[in-house]
Amino acid sequence: MRVVIAEDLALLRDGLIRLLEAFGFEVVAAVDNGPSLLRALTEHRPDVAVVDVRLPPTFTDEGLRAALEARKERPGLPVLVLSQHVERLYARELLSDGSGGIGYLLKDRVSDVAQFVDAVKRVAAGGTALDPDVVATLLTRHAAEEPVQRLTPREREVLGLMAEGRSNAAIAARLVVTEKAIGKHTANIFAKLDLPVSEDDNRRVLAVLAYLGV
Amino acid sequence: MEAQAGRRAAVMAARGLAVAAVALAAGIPLFVIAVVSLALIPAAGVGIILAPVALLSVRALADQQRTWATDWTGVEIARPYRPEPAGRSPWRRAAWVLGDPATWRDVLWVLVNIPVGFVLGLVPAACLVYGLEGLAVAPWLARITGYGWGPFWPLADYGFLGTAATILLAALLVLAGLPLAPALLRAHARFSRALLAPTRDALERRVAHLATTREEAVDASAAELRRIERDLHDGAQARLVALSMNIGLAEELMKRDPETAARLLAEARQASGTALTELRDLVRGIHPPVLAERGLDGGVRALALSLPIPVDVSGDLPGRLDAPVESAGYFAVAEALANVVKHSGAARAWVELEHDGRRLRAIVGDDGTGGAIVAPGGGLAGVERRLAAFDGTMAVTSPPGGPTIVTLELPCALSSPRTSPSSGTG
Repeated sequence: MRVVIAEDLALLRDGLIRLLEAFGFEVVAAVDNGPSLLRALTEHRPDVAVVDVRLPPTFTDEGLRAALEARKERPGLPVLVLSQHVERLYARELLSDGSGGIGYLLKDRVSDVAQFVDAVKRVAAGGTALDPDVVATLLTRHAAEEPVQRLTPREREVLGLMAEGRSNAAIAARLVVTEKAIGKHTANIFAKLDLPVSEDDNRRVLAVLAYLGV
Repeated sequence: MEAQAGRRAAVMAARGLAVAAVALAAGIPLFVIAVVSLALIPAAGVGIILAPVALLSVRALADQQRTWATDWTGVEIARPYRPEPAGRSPWRRAAWVLGDPATWRDVLWVLVNIPVGFVLGLVPAACLVYGLEGLAVAPWLARITGYGWGPFWPLADYGFLGTAATILLAALLVLAGLPLAPALLRAHARFSRALLAPTRDALERRVAHLATTREEAVDASAAELRRIERDLHDGAQARLVALSMNIGLAEELMKRDPETAARLLAEARQASGTALTELRDLVRGIHPPVLAERGLDGGVRALALSLPIPVDVSGDLPGRLDAPVESAGYFAVAEALANVVKHSGAARAWVELEHDGRRLRAIVGDDGTGGAIVAPGGGLAGVERRLAAFDGTMAVTSPPGGPTIVTLELPCALSSPRTSPSSGTG
């Protein structure tokens, strides 16, 4: 799987390269600023890009804007955005085109290497990987509201993991139950929230996120 | 009640006497000396040394009157003077004193106060003293001796009628003196305020100055916060991410590739050390812990020890300064010392700290090549801005060949007297 990495701090860039290569990714380009990122994305047409939000030259949200720009030209280009802080605002901008292939994670998540690699693969496959922090703020914001209150604690847990972008199989593994049990939970959740049922994992995630108002 | 009113009037009258005495005994000689010293500026040049001394004495007299006005009558008179320049250059001091319009208003006040202060100060005391004399002494003494009418002598030739009239007149004088004493003291305070308080012009200048320094202070603190955020984001925070990434990867590789895993862990340990160092440095840049614990002189001493050239720190502050002033003073000294290390080529440097009750003075000197200038955007200009927010000043003398002496002054009070060197958080 071919990856483009954009990270301005050499320490982290090298770490990411090493980590992804250890898991069989091919790092085709590792850049340290916004303009080179945009060039690398159009030139190498990678399977997935791992991008730091804040990049030179402006040290603002250069990386985020380059990713959005590249996705405009190539809709659905899988991009996993990393940041030292997560903002709902950015999550919304990333997800707004509804085409999936979006990841938005705190840099800290990199330390759980297996999960991080899983997230990169999921995004590359057109799925979603949203940071638990973002999901948690979304859920707390709606916790007191009517339909969310109707969910059982277990269903809320499942909803959270679903919003992060995990498949039923992954959620089942995480909660140590059968996939069938999770299937039941998700059906209940969709019924209680009046969401259209979908077999496609990513459409399902996007529906949940739209419902939660990312 | 009556006795109290009497005592109050007596105190007020005594204060009036002080005002009158000062107006004459101090006002006349001071005015003369001031005028003479001014005349000596073009003539002999000694006036340059003498005039500031004389005019500052005038200022001291004016300050005395300001204190009295506040303490005795509640009339607040603010000090209108421009901030004292740092350093001891006689030219700068002369320019500072002579260039301040408030100085000339002081001189005018001293002159006008000679008659005004004398009359306003003396009248109530005269009323009370003569009144009491007319009640208690004059008529009775005159009865016995035929003399001693004192101020009531025109009534001496009218026998009993004269005595009665004297007593009546004296009673009227006392009755007039009772309210007159505080009233005239207040009138004198108001008269003084008209000349000694800041003029509208001066206030407007002051407001403009405050607006500028406030803007600069706000800008500086915003830039400072941005720098801290940036340092954290690119420094410690990034290192911690790299650290956890290494540990995570090592965990994964433990079985497959123990050698690489061990190397990653060693790197992780190193990164954690570096992150800690960076955090420590950052904290030191925000508010040095030793400054919090030991105050300005302790902070400066600790700073001196960390510099690559020997720095002597002398002087002792008898107490702690207010935290913001302490911090401003510390960073000003730190910046001046950083300048010494970076640019002067000095082999040694020294810092003197002193506090005269009103102002903190820090002198940073070095034996380097000199030629330091306050360039816009430079470190010293930053020091000047930092100090300006506290009405502090900076003076730099740095002739080519050295030595360079930077004098920093901050008006401030010493607050808590220090208990022991080990006080504060350990």
